[in-house]
Amino acid sequence: MRVQLRDPNTIMKLSRLGSFHQSKLSFLRSFLSEFKDWEYKKDIFNLNKLGYGEAVYSFTKDKRTYSLVCFANEIKDDERSDRVIATKWDAAFTLYDGVPSQKDIDRLKNEVPKQEVGRLSFKELTLSRANKSIRVFNHVVEKLSEGKQPDLELLSKVGYLYRTTAVYGSGKFGLADRFRIKNREEINGPFRLEMMLVYLVRQFTFDQVNHVAHQKNPSEAVQLDKKICKNLGIGNSTGLGMAPFIVNHPTLLNNWVLSREIALKKIREIKKVTKKESDLFIDCIKKSLTNITSWNTDSDYQQIKIKNLLKDIKKFITFIDNSLDFEEEYPFNKIYLWLEKEACEECIEYVVSIMMEPYNEITNSLVSQMSSEEDKYFTIPSSRTVNDLKNIIEKKYSNILKINFENKQNTQNFWFISKNKEEPRLADRFEESGSELEQPLAIARDVKKLYEKILNSQHNLTVGEFLSKNSKLRHIVRRVFIVEKFPYSEIQDNTIGKNIMPIDMLRLKLSFFGALKFDPRSDKWLRICMFQGAPLPDELKNYDEQWVYKTNM
Amino acid sequence: MKSLSEIETTTKRASKAAGFSWGESEEIGKCIRQLEMFGLPGIKHLNSYFHDRQKNIYENLSLIKSSNSSSSNPYCPIILGIGFLDQLKIVENYEKIYFSSIAYPIIFLSFLSRSSEIIGKKINVKFDHKEILLNLNVNIYSNFLNLEFPKNSKNLEINFIENKDNFSDDEWKSLYKLSENTFVEENDSLKKGAAGAGLTDND
Repeated sequence: MRVQLRDPNTIMKLSRLGSFHQSKLSFLRSFLSEFKDWEYKKDIFNLNKLGYGEAVYSFTKDKRTYSLVCFANEIKDDERSDRVIATKWDAAFTLYDGVPSQKDIDRLKNEVPKQEVGRLSFKELTLSRANKSIRVFNHVVEKLSEGKQPDLELLSKVGYLYRTTAVYGSGKFGLADRFRIKNREEINGPFRLEMMLVYLVRQFTFDQVNHVAHQKNPSEAVQLDKKICKNLGIGNSTGLGMAPFIVNHPTLLNNWVLSREIALKKIREIKKVTKKESDLFIDCIKKSLTNITSWNTDSDYQQIKIKNLLKDIKKFITFIDNSLDFEEEYPFNKIYLWLEKEACEECIEYVVSIMMEPYNEITNSLVSQMSSEEDKYFTIPSSRTVNDLKNIIEKKYSNILKINFENKQNTQNFWFISKNKEEPRLADRFEESGSELEQPLAIARDVKKLYEKILNSQHNLTVGEFLSKNSKLRHIVRRVFIVEKFPYSEIQDNTIGKNIMPIDMLRLKLSFFGALKFDPRSDKWLRICMFQGAPLPDELKNYDEQWVYKTNM
Repeated sequence: MKSLSEIETTTKRASKAAGFSWGESEEIGKCIRQLEMFGLPGIKHLNSYFHDRQKNIYENLSLIKSSNSSSSNPYCPIILGIGFLDQLKIVENYEKIYFSSIAYPIIFLSFLSRSSEIIGKKINVKFDHKEILLNLNVNIYSNFLNLEFPKNSKNLEINFIENKDNFSDDEWKSLYKLSENTFVEENDSLKKGAAGAGLTDND
């Protein structure tokens, strides 16, 4: 049986992309899988009584070492902010390529805590900072220093001791460009070094909290129980900075989504599913209920989605328990068709992710196809014709062409870069100033503009000739030729309409990172948790691959 | 040191601010990044060009021919460069291409370098007694690497170099003969057994 890849016109809608969940293809899971047999070490741990100072952690294999350099600093409560406008953080981190010398550490000590206004070098690969969840961190210190374990209910409400507020890589602030390291086998997957940084930061937070508790009361203090550590992740606060990324990297976006779609197609095409495979799938579905019931958020928007997800997952469990026979042919196709008919988008994508769990042989080869050599597709094929352009637009953007951009509501917002922080922002075009400096992120509107221009042009012109008179449309012509080859490279929705939910764009990216428990704090930023339930570094050599679905918090 | 990613992003934004479209600015970002990677002063010349553009007029050429003479002002290296990329299928058929005057030729070179990669041919550029070889966007070779690039070039000439060997047949034969010393002369026994297949295939 042949199953078609899902239609980009459905999958690339923002509401669907904003319903994606982590899976085996997610970068933090493929990072753990790649680095499980690397040697982990805590090289330096030089903190004072209050937990301020520096630490270095490393992963080494053969002659390659990656070192996380951490700087923990004292800041006042009123200086602690998750927003990008902050200038101080509880801790700042960089991932160093190799083993840093004392001279390197001294240099980094001056630069890393400054974050965006510091300067890094080609020897540093990623940069980040994080703030404590004060109520959790202080509570854990207090309890451990008294010789007790912390209150699990409080911990489960938050899920982490620290949350990062940005993770930078790929040449930002002088960091190494990706081309310098892209041929290394161990990082043949997107954001692998960013994942390494976050993972090691998580370990630092446990070591720091243990250290502070011990210093507070050396005779009584106990260590944070390893099982509790394992059930804590690392938080992250994410704003609009992520949204333009997925528009500006179309072939990369395609490769992420296409991998997911190929995995689903192959799984639906499996004729006979073994008992081991179906048991694993059912086990993950059932155990994952904890992930839903412990998903806390104050956001009405997300609460409704969680409520619907829980309702539909329960209905789905009833279906697989009572109506589905895994011994029949193509059971996963039956499951998928049932989902399409009976479940909400959030639930469809949730189950699609879990379908991948028994199938390493499908997902492993896809993981290595999720990067992209974007420059290869940059050049516009200018000898092709305007008629080609027209045909591609009609085929690939059929839903976009139906949007009426004369309607003010459909152009209500504009994307811009803040001069103060050089970060992307979204504002009302008719109420705020600055729309003349709009970023080229209104792809749907510009595709329609191009199409209308084409309708009034000679169709036998070459694209080069067309562009010589229409240079303002050059950026969009490039995209049209990209989407011709890469069906999932484009968000098939209006990114400047009145009803846009920018967090859908953030969630898409974060789901591929492997984030859990999306907690929107507004329509423009959210908090998430990463690595909750993940093995600790000293457990990596032999860990349960389905750890995501086995958290106790 | 600035990373190439920073160079590309800032160049793109600055180009948009200087009046180019987003699509053109993307092209400029890629080209300046490439120049800087080759160790050539792309940022310096682009800055200087954007500064001069505010007070000088540069000519735009929309259709590139074999011989191109600007009326009174030099050609804009960016519009010319983008036009060159867009008309590459046509211009590569010209034996030689001649431009009377181009502002900031190093900026134009970066577009030619990309053109060289796209068509898979080396490009030779001559102007003001200077000679430059653009090698498939892998490197740029010139006889004046450490000298200052001019702000204007007069009589710039472009040649596409057909893909042919850089050495003579005799030089190749000599080297090949030497390489044969790594081969084993096959006797009858080796002929029979070492290849796997039969000696005849008439079945």
